[in-house]
Amino acid sequence: MTDDILKVSDLKAYYQMNYYGNNFEVRAVDGIDMSVRRGEVYGIAGESSSGKSSFVKVLAAAIRPPLRLVSGSVRYDFAGHPIDLATADARDIEAIRWKHLSYIMQGSMSVLNPVRRIGRTFEDFASRPLNLRGRAFRDRIVAHLERLKLPAEVLQAYPHELSGGMRQRVTIGLATVCHPEFILADEPTTALDVVVQKEVLKLLRDIQKEMGAAVIFVTHDMSVHANVADRVGIIYAGNLVEEGPTREMFSAPKHPYTAHLVASLPRIGDTAQRPALDGRPPNLAKPPPGCRFHPRCPLAVERCRREAPPLETVSPDHRTACWRWSEVAPLVDHGMRQEVVR
Amino acid sequence: MSTLLDVRNVSKRFTTGGMMNRRSVQAVEKAGFAMSAEMPEIFTIIGESGSGKTTLARMILGLEEPSEGEILVQEKRVDGRAGRASRLDFMANVQPVFQNPFEAFNPLKRIDRYLESTARRFLPDPDRATIEAAMDAALQKVGLSLAEVGGRFPHEMSGGQLQRAAIARALIPNPRLLIADEPVPMVDASLRMSIVNLLRSLRDDYGVSVIYITHDLATAYYISDRLMIMQRGRIVEIGPGHAVLDTPEHPYSRLLKAGVLSTADAGAGRLSIDPDIIAAAETLSRRPGRLEDRDDGRRVMVHGSAPNAAG
Repeated sequence: MTDDILKVSDLKAYYQMNYYGNNFEVRAVDGIDMSVRRGEVYGIAGESSSGKSSFVKVLAAAIRPPLRLVSGSVRYDFAGHPIDLATADARDIEAIRWKHLSYIMQGSMSVLNPVRRIGRTFEDFASRPLNLRGRAFRDRIVAHLERLKLPAEVLQAYPHELSGGMRQRVTIGLATVCHPEFILADEPTTALDVVVQKEVLKLLRDIQKEMGAAVIFVTHDMSVHANVADRVGIIYAGNLVEEGPTREMFSAPKHPYTAHLVASLPRIGDTAQRPALDGRPPNLAKPPPGCRFHPRCPLAVERCRREAPPLETVSPDHRTACWRWSEVAPLVDHGMRQEVVR
Repeated sequence: MSTLLDVRNVSKRFTTGGMMNRRSVQAVEKAGFAMSAEMPEIFTIIGESGSGKTTLARMILGLEEPSEGEILVQEKRVDGRAGRASRLDFMANVQPVFQNPFEAFNPLKRIDRYLESTARRFLPDPDRATIEAAMDAALQKVGLSLAEVGGRFPHEMSGGQLQRAAIARALIPNPRLLIADEPVPMVDASLRMSIVNLLRSLRDDYGVSVIYITHDLATAYYISDRLMIMQRGRIVEIGPGHAVLDTPEHPYSRLLKAGVLSTADAGAGRLSIDPDIIAAAETLSRRPGRLEDRDDGRRVMVHGSAPNAAG
């Protein structure tokens, strides 16, 4: 496969916990297999405590104890810099960071240093990878900010002087100024008001298209995925349970959990009763046997309690991990224009 | 027709700074609406951050004093500084539901203790049996039971159960009105609907009126009987929930609707908002205006004689 920029195979990353001599593992990422193509936006969705943030930490090479990479590989195929994060040392990772792989973190206020002007923060981040100083560096940054519709004056400002939307655009600017080939975005718009959120999403999407970067976009909000992602992967209890083209995931989900996520979205113009899913994600220190979704699954049968279903391909680009995927039907009509062939 | 809640021309100004650099912020400006005592309803306040929706809720609860105007609950003036007896009397009728269930509970305290302290405060005759009966009745209303919750700590329950328990606590004194400021955790789609459905059932099955404060238009459409949209402290549109959100009239309401991410075109990547709406909403927010009645029961802010972008 040549057009894959990221290939994750059988990735396992556990938290090694030790409370009062009581040792146990939390299996936050437990056998994920997936790949991301050049120039695509891959959306990752899941509930809180599903393991999606741990997964992104591994992809960003930001593994800190107690999180530990147990097995598997994370291969990036950067131009001239192929790297496997499972075997790379700190030096290799330093070489790709920001230049090839960048990370937009959750919460712009906590990312930007409150006592440093934005311009200084840009220097801290980008001066070295870009190998530019002084005037040339400033010109480059100003040109980049212009693309993000930010005036050059923001470089003189402190983070608290900017609005939430502007700050979020600054963090996008930081993550994209070195023209990385791969961007990890973890809930980049969650705290924003709706109108600002939509503007920031559009900007992110535009700049991604322009640079041709691949993006992994993590958010719990399925309606964001509907508008941003090319493909969506659903993570449940440390496993990838379904992935497919965005449209198909909404119109013809093949995993009962996805069907539920999609069905529970309310819509303006529609007051049909929305179902809610009972129960909660399993404790990842003691995941249930068999399919991890079976305690909450309306379709669960005996087999689901014993054997974990493999991730199998059900149509081009569409994979699901469910024994009864062929019986999964969309729970509500989501107003989709039905042109998807099943 | 008697009123449950009557908000009369209420304004709130916050002043900051000292003698030299005093500045004031108009958080709420001449807000007025009423809720009937006979018809339980879900009344939604929609606004972005800084719209004054939370300040208004705090004034209704008596946690903040209005700078102008007054708020009446069951024909009695809300007074945060009233004596303990009349304050208790007020709180028995109006109860808040707090935002984040994980933060609302003390992690070291059992959940039933938390419910019990509310019951002890509000029940006229606090003996063991009545308290337990009241706790169980409140928990039943939210789909839990004392047997299920009793003796458990917050970490032993899911976010959905916790938020239900928090709502059950608010229901113990049998209030007429719940004030729920962003009660719905946005993080979990399925959890969100279970709480929203619960608010609906409180209205339909138990006759509790709810003021639901949110920035999420989709859940607002789903449960509201009436709603109002606030922009920088002013009500710009108020009326029947479906009418307002189906065909918003004020440019700001239209802007909010345009900001909603639709799933109908999943995968198509339509993210543009008409820049004219943004500009119109922005200019009008600084222009004086007054609310005008419309035939379908809504009231919309109209802005002077200057050209109106709403057309």
